Amino acid sequence: MTAWEAVIGLETHVELSTKSKMFCSCPTDFGDEPNTACCPVCLALPGALPVPNEEAIAGIVKIGLALECDINESSLFYRKNYFYPDLPKNYQISQYTFPVCEHGTLDVDVNGEPTVVGITRVHMEEDTGKSSHIGDGGGRIHDARHTLLDFNRAGVPLVEVVTEPDIRSAEQARAYAAELQRIVLSLGVSDARLEAGSMRFDANVSVRPVGETKLGTRTETKNVNSLRSLQRAISFEIDRQIQVLEDGGSIVQETRHWNEDTGATTSMRVKEESEDYRYFQDPDLLPLEVTAAWQDEIRSTITALPAERRVAIIEQGVDRETAVILVDSDELSGLFAAALGDGVPARTVALWLTGDVVAYLRRNEVELSSTGLTSEHLAVLGRMVDSGDLSSSAAKEVLIAVLDGDGGPGEIADDRDLLQVSDTGAIEEAVDAVLADNADALERIRSGDMKPFGFLVGQVMRHMGGKADPSVVRSVLEEKTTDSR
Amino acid sequence: MPVEIDIARVAHLARIALTPEELETYSAQLLDILEHAERVQALPTEGVEPTSHPLAMVNGFRPDEIGPCLDPESFLSQAPDTEDSRFRVPRIL
Repeated sequence: MTAWEAVIGLETHVELSTKSKMFCSCPTDFGDEPNTACCPVCLALPGALPVPNEEAIAGIVKIGLALECDINESSLFYRKNYFYPDLPKNYQISQYTFPVCEHGTLDVDVNGEPTVVGITRVHMEEDTGKSSHIGDGGGRIHDARHTLLDFNRAGVPLVEVVTEPDIRSAEQARAYAAELQRIVLSLGVSDARLEAGSMRFDANVSVRPVGETKLGTRTETKNVNSLRSLQRAISFEIDRQIQVLEDGGSIVQETRHWNEDTGATTSMRVKEESEDYRYFQDPDLLPLEVTAAWQDEIRSTITALPAERRVAIIEQGVDRETAVILVDSDELSGLFAAALGDGVPARTVALWLTGDVVAYLRRNEVELSSTGLTSEHLAVLGRMVDSGDLSSSAAKEVLIAVLDGDGGPGEIADDRDLLQVSDTGAIEEAVDAVLADNADALERIRSGDMKPFGFLVGQVMRHMGGKADPSVVRSVLEEKTTDSR
Repeated sequence: MPVEIDIARVAHLARIALTPEELETYSAQLLDILEHAERVQALPTEGVEPTSHPLAMVNGFRPDEIGPCLDPESFLSQAPDTEDSRFRVPRIL
């Protein structure tokens, strides 16, 4: 049996969240009314000329810098010519040679296994209008009788991020896509909402026998609009291609369509001839110049990226998985960062936030902001656990009560009588009483048999009504049982 | 230097239907243009900075500000066919 290897490259389109379109001043934030955000430029009326949006260029440079790309100081806009009515010009303004950004990398981690995904290029283009295919096939283009066009989205700034074929599994592809989404969100250049189509993926997939260096014939899967679908679509495509090859068939280079309901990809069209977009430089647009000074200015606006923020949290003793969850939520990571301080156990607070708090919010279907939990609450609670005033299980009870709005941690612990006694005097008394009642256990320990030790700890805890700090009980008990006098 | 051009393919890519006579006419015209380009290409350009645009200008940006849009009726009314405030076109595939 041949062992197969998948080779995957991803193309990601990211709509930038500028106020106005790429080459005209129509708004990008339009409502549901079709064709209400259109002007002579995005409708391609004769004589209308495109004028690039400075903020969009700053946005793509930001993405390029975050992906460790080289930023071309000089780059050009090209026309990509094709016949499809989703852009009224009959071409899309895009880039070809000299994109704004090239040669980057993105580090991806799957179950602790790091991979570096090369970024071929990041280029600037414009989004297309929205086509609705009307017919009996429920919106399927093949069954359409006619198509309706809404050009509100036509001309929205679109950034395309193209990877090298460095990805080897569906899980890695998903991890790459998730990390890219996090980066784009943290840069604040796009709302990166997959379900709304403001971030979309196309997956180029091929397979080859392990050890083979030549690439197999690839297919391109489109219409993937969630991270889960991306992983499923790629898994399906890898399995399908292996099956075809093992059955003696060959892979056809084609575009395939992911169907969420059937969980399968299907052929969209076979490319009859190699695509010829007849790219040429758009004479309506001037060369782009992104000077080193402008790059520095843009770089200075980039705050710590998610990977960096995760490392900082992991350095506090928090595990990676928890750090990922924290950094993915600005609210949680904000609370976490503000709660840290002297005597606040970072790991414990991180686990509360990503575990108990998240579960609470989900269970009660409420927003964190409406619970009134503050970083101060977390710090106080953390210190109480750290000093031994509160057991970890009691702390969770207090945390839930704080989320319920019952008050501050100190007050709640007090009201519910949850505070632990770590006053050694009281504990010593209890230990003495227990030892007096259990002379044989004491004798066994003194003769070297440590088995009854745990039993004695339990007895002392019982004696103290469960409110003693177990670590103090242990140390007092240790002291008293080894003391031969 | 001989220049070859597949005028039929160019016409197909541009979705222009040409008669055999037209193919011949435009083929000859395009060849003239390409031959001129060949002559330009043959000029000694060593030491000349490559140019990608005739104007000594770059960027020409506009600030990210919203401006007025057209009233949809003003352009939809000029379209051959519309439906629900959208342009209606024949099936695509």
